Amino acid sequence: MSAIFRGSGRIGLAGWIGGALAFAVIAVAAFGPWLAPYDPMALDLRARLSAPYLDHLLGTGEFGRDILSRLIFGARVSIFVALSTVAVALVIGVGFGVLTGFVRAWTDRIIGIFNDALLAFPGLLLALGVMAVAGASAGAMVLALGLAFASAVLRVTRSAVLSQRAREFVEASRVMGNSEALTMWRHVLPNALAPLIVLATSMFGWVILAESALSFLGLGVPPPAPSWGNMLAAARPYIQDAPWLIVLPGLCIQATLLGVNLLGDALRDLLDPRMRT
Amino acid sequence: MIRFVGLRLLMAVPTLVLVTLAVFVMMRLVPSDPASVMLGEQVTGEMVARVRQSMGLDQPLPRQYLLWIGDLLQGDLGRSISNNQPVLPTILDRFRISAPIVIVAVTLAALIAVPLGLLTAWRQGSACDVSTVATSTLLPSLPSFWLGLMILLVFGLKLGWFPVLGMVGAIGGGWAVLSAIAMPVLTLLLIEIGAILQMTRPSAVEVLRQDYITHARAKGLSEAVVLRRHAFPDAFAPTWTLIDLILGALLGGIAVVETVFTIPGLGRLPVQAIFERDYPVVQGCILLIALT
Repeated sequence: MSAIFRGSGRIGLAGWIGGALAFAVIAVAAFGPWLAPYDPMALDLRARLSAPYLDHLLGTGEFGRDILSRLIFGARVSIFVALSTVAVALVIGVGFGVLTGFVRAWTDRIIGIFNDALLAFPGLLLALGVMAVAGASAGAMVLALGLAFASAVLRVTRSAVLSQRAREFVEASRVMGNSEALTMWRHVLPNALAPLIVLATSMFGWVILAESALSFLGLGVPPPAPSWGNMLAAARPYIQDAPWLIVLPGLCIQATLLGVNLLGDALRDLLDPRMRT
Repeated sequence: MIRFVGLRLLMAVPTLVLVTLAVFVMMRLVPSDPASVMLGEQVTGEMVARVRQSMGLDQPLPRQYLLWIGDLLQGDLGRSISNNQPVLPTILDRFRISAPIVIVAVTLAALIAVPLGLLTAWRQGSACDVSTVATSTLLPSLPSFWLGLMILLVFGLKLGWFPVLGMVGAIGGGWAVLSAIAMPVLTLLLIEIGAILQMTRPSAVEVLRQDYITHARAKGLSEAVVLRRHAFPDAFAPTWTLIDLILGALLGGIAVVETVFTIPGLGRLPVQAIFERDYPVVQGCILLIALT
């Protein structure tokens, strides 16, 4: 592991703040059901659009649902979608990246063409297309965004593999009679880990942003399930009477993104000093 | 040189074929049939069959694909199911609405962010630099639609400076149009400034460390001349590609901003079309944006 952690060896204040923010959001998502004061779906039509007060700390929505509980469960949706999307992108991207980087020749060409076609699709549009086919759901979104982000993972993996495969220790492993797969797994992949960790962190942020944008457009997590994006969309007609409905989900998205971005920058500085700015 | 360009163009052909194929297959995978969507609920099977025939949906799939490509090459993207307008002119109309917003926002963002990047790189560590870097870290983590809603809330509703209903009231031209696009432009502008700054400042830092800058200074040129004549063109060069990328991304990503400000632009077209199950329009939009 020491090869991964060469670099400046320090995370810095911004990195700690980012890490703490990201960790807090993940903790809220993990322990959501125990933290939320109300059922996020429970209706209370007598308390529609009430301003924040003691019973409902952050007020209620257009059907009297408790906003604090919905925000907490919204964090679960965002984190779940982000984690699964990053996992999908990593599996597809690393798999094909290793294949093209190591096997080369025709496989490389063909996958390259597919990847170019994938890159030509803006992520949001690919997601729109998949939603049109599969209907709006969290699963479809994970698949769509995972595919969209896989091409970036593929590029990073491929270039890391290409730069490693000519090294002496890779050659040595082959000479020792190890199979290609073992060589790949033991000697090449661990050295490609640093850029992948950095990429995965920033992907996490992009996915949270993309998920909330799609849900805002009505193409992501379908209501009444709470998601920060669809809460914003639902609150739009009440922007004048109940501005807290707009402000709060946005703050949640922003705090999460800020945390993840700061953490990502710190990890990049830590793991890959060449990319430092 | 010609051979090189030709080869590159030839390499793009399989990509283009794949993109069109992907769009085609995607639309055929959609569970509901465009013919029955078009006719609504109460129709006989016979009517559906007739419409399917007129739309060419009864042909075998490979033939449908070739027919579609043939029309495509003649610039015919088909007709919208919901209002029977040809798709390509619809897209162009929408483009005319979105383009000014995107172009004004990106131009202004570049005019602000590029000199600012150079300036902060020149006086690295100063208060101006630190606050700029902090802002450029904060801005990209703002979701554009939330920023838009906040701007709408503050400038549109609380202060009442700009019309809330977006383009609906902007028929007069001149000042009316300007004030109608002010809030969406401001939203995009802030997002883009963050993105461009993240690019220009590091590249300017890099350039200012180069030997030829030291040489220019040693020649006795004033700092202003060194910055303007020697540092600026090089620091700006990588930004061009970024601005190019942003323009592309904006045309795809402007959907949320247009939704916030209820602007009937290009970004909202595919979103609306998906809700209305208007597949020719979705197909055309995805294809056009994928190809640019």
